[in-house]
Amino acid sequence: MEASHPKTLFDKIWDQHVVERREGYPDLLYIDRHFIHEVTSPQAFDGLRKRGIRVKAPHRTTATADHNVPTRDQHLPIKEKLSRLQVEALEKNCKEFGIDLYGLGHERQGIVHVIGPELGLTRPGMTIVCGDSHTSTHGAFGTIAFGIGTSQVEQVLATQCLLQYKPKTMRIEVNGRLGKGVVAKDVVLYIISQLSAAGGTGYFVEYAGSAIQSLSMEGRMTVCNMSIEMGARGGMIAPDETTFQYIKGRPLAPQGKNWDAALACWKSLPSDAGATYDKVLRFDADDIEPMITYGTNPGMGVGVSRKVPEDAPNMGPADMEKAFSYMGLKPGEPLLGKKVDYVFIGSCTNSRIEDLRMVADFVKGKKKAPDVNVWIVPGSKLVEAQAKAEGLDKIFEAAGFELRQPGCSACLAMNEDKVPPGKYCVSTSNRNFEGRQGPGSRTFLASPLTAAAAAVTGRIEDVRQLMN
Amino acid sequence: MAFTKLISTCVPLPIDNVDTDQIIPARFLKATSREGFGENLFRDWRYLPGDVPNPDFVLNQERYSGLVLVAGKNFGCGSSREHAAWALADHGFKVIVSSGFADIFYNNALNNGLLPVVVAAGVLGRLFVQIEKEPETEVVVDLPRQTMTVPALDLSVHFDINPYKKDCLINGLDDLDYIRSRAEAVSAYEAQLPAWR
Ligand code: SF4
Repeated sequence: MEASHPKTLFDKIWDQHVVERREGYPDLLYIDRHFIHEVTSPQAFDGLRKRGIRVKAPHRTTATADHNVPTRDQHLPIKEKLSRLQVEALEKNCKEFGIDLYGLGHERQGIVHVIGPELGLTRPGMTIVCGDSHTSTHGAFGTIAFGIGTSQVEQVLATQCLLQYKPKTMRIEVNGRLGKGVVAKDVVLYIISQLSAAGGTGYFVEYAGSAIQSLSMEGRMTVCNMSIEMGARGGMIAPDETTFQYIKGRPLAPQGKNWDAALACWKSLPSDAGATYDKVLRFDADDIEPMITYGTNPGMGVGVSRKVPEDAPNMGPADMEKAFSYMGLKPGEPLLGKKVDYVFIGSCTNSRIEDLRMVADFVKGKKKAPDVNVWIVPGSKLVEAQAKAEGLDKIFEAAGFELRQPGCSACLAMNEDKVPPGKYCVSTSNRNFEGRQGPGSRTFLASPLTAAAAAVTGRIEDVRQLMN
Repeated sequence: MAFTKLISTCVPLPIDNVDTDQIIPARFLKATSREGFGENLFRDWRYLPGDVPNPDFVLNQERYSGLVLVAGKNFGCGSSREHAAWALADHGFKVIVSSGFADIFYNNALNNGLLPVVVAAGVLGRLFVQIEKEPETEVVVDLPRQTMTVPALDLSVHFDINPYKKDCLINGLDDLDYIRSRAEAVSAYEAQLPAWR
């Protein structure tokens, strides 16, 4: 690496993946790792068949079934016909094209953005894509990872490349120490509330600063996961010892000589001193309290102890009004004490072992409020197994929480896990759009801790008041 | 699906941050083909419970029709589902005008012959007012010249589109054709990759 021209983490990885740069064309970018799932891939395979093309590098694509799978009785055939057909199509396509599938029933099945890192497939310095916007999750490892559409899934299968214009770069620093009860989810909800749901459009974000560095890999994944919720193409965090320790020894991580060579390269990735960004924002960890959303896009979030605000960055009065009427809230009304009907702990944002431990720690010896339904949906079979090995399942059971089987579940309500019309759900997922958790559902996005607190009292709580 | 110039009336959707879950809700993503998604376009805004058409929603109002959807800023945010672009195209839209699009949607639209036209917020505002006042107002979208003209407003604006994508749209080509023509460069790149990558 030339010392003369300081580069960002993003620029280093991008430049290492440019296959060809031609005047008048976007960069031709090589893709190291491709994840696919049952919902956004069938049309891509159909396209390959129509054109008579094989998959160029089958070992670079990994498949799982997650979006559309039931979270109960996974050993039985899927009841809903269309869902079943979609999962079967994935199985057939993977077989025909020679792609590894961690399908339903596999001991490593799970949400695509949970299993990639957990298997050691997600590694620093890679370009990673998936037909899913939360592919940004993998950026936590210092990768360029972003969501693509199905036409692009087909392109990657066929060529292992994509045509891409280089986005602008933004550095978001969070410095200082997070307060009691404030976790990674609060950090990212806070950032989005400051930038709005479109504030990152056109940018690739690098998160940095002491509060980010102090996060575990799980926490970093939670932050990068929601980059898309501010409109950013993706988010990333420089790899460090925490990253390397997480990857080392994972089932599919490099080993021996390969590990040493990889590590040497990974250590050269962090942004050079003096590297410049198109935009730099700095936040103070002290300003962040447990967060909750009150509206119908993720930019509409506030500290949980605040009142429903009258306006939000980048939102017009008509849009605020539309959101309030959907949510059944009024500006000026306190959020604390608001009754909730459902609590969903899961999704690629917050369904990893650390999230489940955090919840178990809080609810140990407590019981859920009688009129609240609480679903805990682990991100993968490995997370589920780990939770059981640690006895977390017993704690959840004693608390009256329902521990389901892995999948996307009520994050997008494509299977039967739906929040009924008009009901309120405190959810650890990433989107509070109208109908996201089922037609007419009303979502409050929050951290696993805030969700656990709501489960216990049946109301929106400031979890700090309930912690010892 | 080559695209050059289009003259049409517009359908106004003056809502900001329209996300892809509104364009096509997740429960309608179970098909394994690209066809037929138009039926469920804007499903939960378009129909009341019991599948009764919602008379307040613009797609159910006879006074508005056309191949151009005019929408509020940050259109297409959220999920990467290309089904959103498929649903809009299947319904018959050819152009979406807004003051801003979410990145993934913007690309998905272009990959499906659906032209996203970004205009200034002020232009968008004037267009909304005009369409609501006179639904028969036509716009002329000229891709080769990169202009959108609204004769009734005596207004003509330039819009940006990258030259490569413009070429693809005009000639009905897609990225895959182009990338496959670069196979040699890709092989050369692959040959120098370290084993651990
Ligand atoms: S958990 Fe939700 S956000 Fe994550 S991949 Fe599944 S549907 Fe998408």
